[in-house]
Amino acid sequence: MKPIHHSKTPRYLLQLTIALLVLAVLAACAGDNKGNNGVTPSANPPTAPGEADKKDDTPAEGGRIEGGNAVVIVPQDPDYLDPHLAVAAGTTEIMFNVFEGLLKPNEKGELYPAIAESYEITPDGLVYSFKLRSGVKFHNGNPVKAEDVKYSYDKLAGTDTGKPLNNAFASVAGIEAPDESTVVIKLKENNSSFLTALTAAVIPKNYADSNTKPIGTGPFKFKEYLPGQRLVVEKNENYYVSGIPALDKVEFRIIPDQEAAFLTLKTGEADIYPRIGTEKLEELGDSFQAVSGPQNLVQVLVYNIAKKPFDDIRVRQAINHAINKDELIQGVAIGRGIKIGSNLSPIMQQYFQEGLEDLHAYDVEKAKTLLAEAGHADDISIKLSVPSNYAFHVSTAEVIAQQLSKVGIKVTIEPVEWAVWLERIYKGRDYEATIIGFDGKLNPYDILNKYLSDSPNNLFNYNSPEFDKALKATVTEVDAAKRTELFKQAQTTLAKEAAAVYIMDPYLNVALKPKLGGYKQYPLYVQDLSIVYWTK
Amino acid sequence: MFVTRRMLTLVLTLFFVIVLTFLAFRIIPGNPAHAILGMEASPEQVAELEQKLGIGGPLHQQFFSWISGVIQFDFGQSLRFSEPVLGLIASRLPVTFSLAIMSLLLTIIVAVPLGIAAARARGKAVDLIISIGTQLGLAIPSFWSGIMLILIFGLLLKWFSVSTYVPWSENIWLSLKSLTLPAIALAIPQIAIVVRYLRTTMLEQIGEDYVRTARSKGLKNSSVYYRHVLKNALIPVITVVGVNFGEILAGSLVIEQVFTLPGMGRLLITAIGSRDFPLVQGMVLLIALIVITVNFIVDLSYRWLNPKIR
Repeated sequence: MKPIHHSKTPRYLLQLTIALLVLAVLAACAGDNKGNNGVTPSANPPTAPGEADKKDDTPAEGGRIEGGNAVVIVPQDPDYLDPHLAVAAGTTEIMFNVFEGLLKPNEKGELYPAIAESYEITPDGLVYSFKLRSGVKFHNGNPVKAEDVKYSYDKLAGTDTGKPLNNAFASVAGIEAPDESTVVIKLKENNSSFLTALTAAVIPKNYADSNTKPIGTGPFKFKEYLPGQRLVVEKNENYYVSGIPALDKVEFRIIPDQEAAFLTLKTGEADIYPRIGTEKLEELGDSFQAVSGPQNLVQVLVYNIAKKPFDDIRVRQAINHAINKDELIQGVAIGRGIKIGSNLSPIMQQYFQEGLEDLHAYDVEKAKTLLAEAGHADDISIKLSVPSNYAFHVSTAEVIAQQLSKVGIKVTIEPVEWAVWLERIYKGRDYEATIIGFDGKLNPYDILNKYLSDSPNNLFNYNSPEFDKALKATVTEVDAAKRTELFKQAQTTLAKEAAAVYIMDPYLNVALKPKLGGYKQYPLYVQDLSIVYWTK
Repeated sequence: MFVTRRMLTLVLTLFFVIVLTFLAFRIIPGNPAHAILGMEASPEQVAELEQKLGIGGPLHQQFFSWISGVIQFDFGQSLRFSEPVLGLIASRLPVTFSLAIMSLLLTIIVAVPLGIAAARARGKAVDLIISIGTQLGLAIPSFWSGIMLILIFGLLLKWFSVSTYVPWSENIWLSLKSLTLPAIALAIPQIAIVVRYLRTTMLEQIGEDYVRTARSKGLKNSSVYYRHVLKNALIPVITVVGVNFGEILAGSLVIEQVFTLPGMGRLLITAIGSRDFPLVQGMVLLIALIVITVNFIVDLSYRWLNPKIR
């Protein structure tokens, strides 16, 4: 390796260079596809992405080709093929193409009826009645009947065992199938976000081989899975949306090493590389098309509030003032990121509280004053533990260390292996500070609930009665406007109390071969291949 | 007598390797259930998975139940892939093995002529060039030369495919194409070692009495080299090649990442990252067994080639 001469170069420049050199991996963490609460105030009802396409897009220039194959690079193996066991985000990313629920999210994050054709909710919010779409078939050729839906959701709700497999189904009192095409779900109490749970996969009744030969109703059917190599899906000829999918076969190729993934793309052996690092994207130049946009990921610097000196709000505010988010966005994300001020990305328009990003504007003097007031003028040293597999967070840590040193805070960076991060930092809360990304869910409750004082995932050790009250009230609030107001209140509380340093929503970059059309980014951790097609 | 003694040390070594990996993986932090489920899992889901995976219970109990399984050729289930460990290894072993054999062959084919040439041209320009080449070969890490090979032959010239692995059974020609670059990357440092070693041993042999005798018989220079010197000089080289087999296996762990080959190396790294204890233990045991066996065979052939040691 080349020796790096940095005797005359300022440390900051060196670190920036390192930041630029390392491949940025965004999209930490997991996520499942819980949609928004379904109350979408829009004149047009949400539709499937392909259907919307037919209405407002003329076919891309050169014309759409039916058929063809595509290779998509994914960084990891799925955890389980069985949709009712799978938890990891990387699995949803792939299997979104294979499984569907009664409802499905589209690229705007709205829910539209998939297996269901229509639904009604009683005014008290306790009874949901679904009419199933006719002609929907499983990949094994059998038509989808109400009892299949009942079977799938009973399993998730744990009707027999009493232990729900999926917490979103915990409020279910009972599921009935009065006839072949009607499903009625009764809830124990009103739950404003229950509709999002109904994106969960429907599988054939009593089907036991889901983990080896998964069968769903999605636009693609599962073909084969070779651990560590690839997962292949094939076109579902019987898909109920006409003209979808266009591709005959999609291979998800599993390449954990980013350098190797990049080379695979460059040699033309892969067609789509989601989550490619920003510098790599620039390096590709014009030979590939790039899709880049906010991804509903919240990158935060988390400090352990249960530990001194972070229990002092003045110290937390000082750290917020000392961190220059604009510099981080320019330096680490090369401009591809949106500044945030609380734990919600602007992509969540409806619920997003504006104006928080500069609540603690970059101000070194103010930070110093606050630290002096707190009696920590020059004596704070922080061990910043970063998950080493996320180069993007590691680069961020390097710049932050530099920024904090300007206010007299000494930062030591400790790279931590992902498995250790999960156990020690995330679950064990044994750390001083860390950097992580919290990602893509459409229901703001599912994003913010980790700050509840009794949440098992409250790694912040954040405890605010004000926040708890606001967020818990959203669950049973039936009035949409009031609910939104409560979510905004919760965000404001987080920002004011400096629960963490909210840095940015780094863009999700996707590199595609120039002849691919139709690709759309979701505000969720999914790759929708059903709407992708080749052009001449 | 020799064979039984060696067999005994072989078994003992394996046992220590097993105990060490077993303990090491229990001591380092990280929990397979967390690693599989990621950030979204609830504590109940984690607890349930832990129970399902059977990773609770006292250490010695876990150890003995695993060992007794191994004796019956049951290596258990992979935690990460929910598949039998042996099946996973069996699907990966051919890749790594083909890669190792190919780079071993490459090493011998390239290194032996170069070593002889360097010895014969001692002190001349050819010797110097080879010496510089081997110096470079030793200094360049194989992952870097791998990336360079991809850039030059995969991206610029497009002679080889870079990340599409084709097994031998499907198409020999394509398989060869997909393995050539990684095999070269792996072979480069090995070639450098063998060339240097062969050059030294040949020069040593040339000073021996039997060479003077052969020359005085009136043999031509070339037949002295090929019939007498090389034969004797190759004996220590075989040992080096044997020892290097282990290094090639280790190197393939890295090179498989660079070339995205679905071999043992990638499986092992995934297994370690997700704390897949049964899979890691199974693979380490197997790799250790292979390396020890190869060394054992080398030892035997060494005795067979050089009767003086018997």
